[in-house]
Amino acid sequence: MTDLGKAGLADTALSNTELRRALASTWSAQPGLWGALSTVDHKVIGRRYVATAFVFLALGGVLSLLMRLQLSQPEARFIGPDRYNQIFTMHGSNMMFLFAVPVMQAMAVYLVPLMVGTRNIAFPRLNAFSYWIYLAGGLLLWIAFVVDTGPDVGWFAYVPLSGPQYGIGKRADIWAQMITFTELSALAIAVEIVVTVFKQRAPGMSLDRIPLFVWSMLVTSFLIILAMPAIMIASTSLILDRLVGTHFFNPAEGGDVLLWQHLFWFFGHPEVYIIFLPAVGMVSTIVATFTGRPVFGYLAMVMALVATGVLAFGLWVHHMFVAGLPRLGESFFTASSMAIAVPAGLQIFCWLATIWAGKPIFKTPFLFVIGFIVIFVLGGLTGVMVASVPFDTQVHDTYFVVAHFHYVLVGGAVFPLLGAIYYWFPKLTGRMMSEALGRWVFGLIFVGFNLTFFPMHILGLEGMPRRIYTYQPEMPWAGLNMFVSLSAIVLAAGFALFFFDAIRSARWGAVAGANPWGASTLEWATASPPHPYNFAMPPVVSSREPLWADAVTLPVAAGLRVDRREVVITSVVEGTPQAREASVGHSIWPLWAALATTLALIWSIFSPWAVVWGSIPIAVSLIGWFWPKGAPEDES
Amino acid sequence: MKENIVLDLRELPADGLGTASPSWWGTLAFMLIEGTGFALSIVIYLYLMSLAPRWPLGVPPPNLAAGTALTALLMASLVPNILIARWAREQDLRKVRLGLIVMAVLGIVPLILRAFEFPAMHVKWDQNAYGSIVWVMLGLHTSHILTDAIETLVLTCLMFSRHGDTPRRFGDVSDNAMYWNFVVATWLPMYACLYWIPRL
Repeated sequence: MTDLGKAGLADTALSNTELRRALASTWSAQPGLWGALSTVDHKVIGRRYVATAFVFLALGGVLSLLMRLQLSQPEARFIGPDRYNQIFTMHGSNMMFLFAVPVMQAMAVYLVPLMVGTRNIAFPRLNAFSYWIYLAGGLLLWIAFVVDTGPDVGWFAYVPLSGPQYGIGKRADIWAQMITFTELSALAIAVEIVVTVFKQRAPGMSLDRIPLFVWSMLVTSFLIILAMPAIMIASTSLILDRLVGTHFFNPAEGGDVLLWQHLFWFFGHPEVYIIFLPAVGMVSTIVATFTGRPVFGYLAMVMALVATGVLAFGLWVHHMFVAGLPRLGESFFTASSMAIAVPAGLQIFCWLATIWAGKPIFKTPFLFVIGFIVIFVLGGLTGVMVASVPFDTQVHDTYFVVAHFHYVLVGGAVFPLLGAIYYWFPKLTGRMMSEALGRWVFGLIFVGFNLTFFPMHILGLEGMPRRIYTYQPEMPWAGLNMFVSLSAIVLAAGFALFFFDAIRSARWGAVAGANPWGASTLEWATASPPHPYNFAMPPVVSSREPLWADAVTLPVAAGLRVDRREVVITSVVEGTPQAREASVGHSIWPLWAALATTLALIWSIFSPWAVVWGSIPIAVSLIGWFWPKGAPEDES
Repeated sequence: MKENIVLDLRELPADGLGTASPSWWGTLAFMLIEGTGFALSIVIYLYLMSLAPRWPLGVPPPNLAAGTALTALLMASLVPNILIARWAREQDLRKVRLGLIVMAVLGIVPLILRAFEFPAMHVKWDQNAYGSIVWVMLGLHTSHILTDAIETLVLTCLMFSRHGDTPRRFGDVSDNAMYWNFVVATWLPMYACLYWIPRL
């Protein structure tokens, strides 16, 4: 084993100032545009990811306002049926694939390495690659929409509508290939998170000391790893059916349209938990900080996360209750759909117990948690309702379902996310968001959301189908639709104020200290925003709430080299140190690899030969990526 | 916060090997992703079979020769593969270089045999759903053999270069060997599915 004396400069040989200067020069990105394109700092990439995802949120929000404009009165003529089909497809696809999943993973990219006390995410170059691929997928979808080639087959693109017979042109292919981009980027991050959590935790952070947010991202990452191959296979089969005449979904030649629904929802239902579980972790973190005590029932919370993750794979058929499946199968999926309410309920009760036993401080992040609990419980209740086959048959494809899943997704994920942004904004930017504006943001969004989406339950029960671009004056829906459209303006005003506050605070907000909320987890042990090396010396953990155990001194480990990027590798269960491993430095090759991949994927919408010729630049860029350049990180 | 040194890491090795290495876990995670993909392709095969009035659809079962020869070759390749993993652990550069050449050849020869497997199926991808899933399963697995063959070739060049002789590169060699085990292991259920289920 290498003797440090010969092999490099150790941190113990330096004074405090020298140490920080040496680390900064080793870990900083290069200056300028080249540095921005080649950086592998998880904080820079994480921030970029979060910002991009919020841009897509804003764009998706604009689409929803356009839909509300069109539906505000019967027989409106603002948007034609073809454009309307594109708009609702874009809204759903954008929100699910370009906003909800990426933004949760983006938060993890930024936060997980800090919360486990390491200096960079595992596989930093893969992380850079993931962002570029995500960006390319988003641009593909939106540019296609701008030039009137946006997908128009709904966000789950059912065949035969999306198949070669009905889905003419390239619209459905754009959708299917956007899936490939976003799943590729999501899978990459999932692998990084799993390995970061397994192998790069601070010494002493055994499994039972992992912060709940990190647990939630670990379970989420496994869900991504096991669920997303299904949608990649589905979207690839769809492209093959459309491009080279395979018959996966063609009943005339032995294929099956329901195969698409099975594959889609085998991914699509876990997808809901891929979005929801990170939110659970955010809520647990915020609840602990703003009640000033650890979350009640740590073990129960972790078990609930894992149980939700397992059950998530046994629910998909409840999206297909009207597809004419065997009765016994439907009963099974009704039972499992109701069963998942048990771990969800357990978590709710643990949070309530924590709030009950603690001293809650009603700052903006905590307000969003309260909003989350109220709205998510309502969405959960309608979820138990639609889990029953007779009820589902009645409301399937109506606005009742639209109301239900907006309660679950916006309530269950967007509210915790907004709370999380208010909570971690000081760590992301070094500045606080406005508390006064934050209360307005919360109030407008909470009221606007409920006024917008609650009436949709009633519209659905009155029989209004989803995805219609207009309706006749004889239908009894006009009044409520106008009310919903006006309420949407309130909701949009809340989001506009949020964006205003975030942009304003990033520049002019009050300067935040290292730990403005007095929180307990390791990300608050370092500066806001953290230095490129995160921690001058890796923290050592001896309790579940390290910063509450000792708020003044931070136990740390010494002995890492400062002349190359080094991180501590620890054992999976106990978190005992095993090695000082090099963490790769910046590189432009992930960008080239992402561009080569983008070329091949978009080309393959048009020609199967793209797979052959397009893979050559990919192979070249991957070899360039992995070939050692003689950097100190390559040696041992 | 004030830092208080409670632990000295200077004596730790500068590289984790095996389960102490992040890339070992990363390889495992990618195997889990791809394994899920393989499993799903078998599920699709069985699903389509369950709907079909007869199976295979309108063609005889595939000829066994090419697929069986390839299976035997892949099984045989495990012997040098296990040896190279051992040599990488022992950091024996000379033997690792030799083993990599052998494994590179054993990555390319299956591709030649695979070329005979597609016609042995008696069906084209656009003939019916049976043809579609058979070609996709073969294609999916072929892409894995191809990827690993290229990776092995690059590693061979790397181990003959001046960058070769470090524990990190030996770790890459053993991860690559682990991945080849995976490529072989996933083929076995696919072989049973493609060649023997139509004969049941």
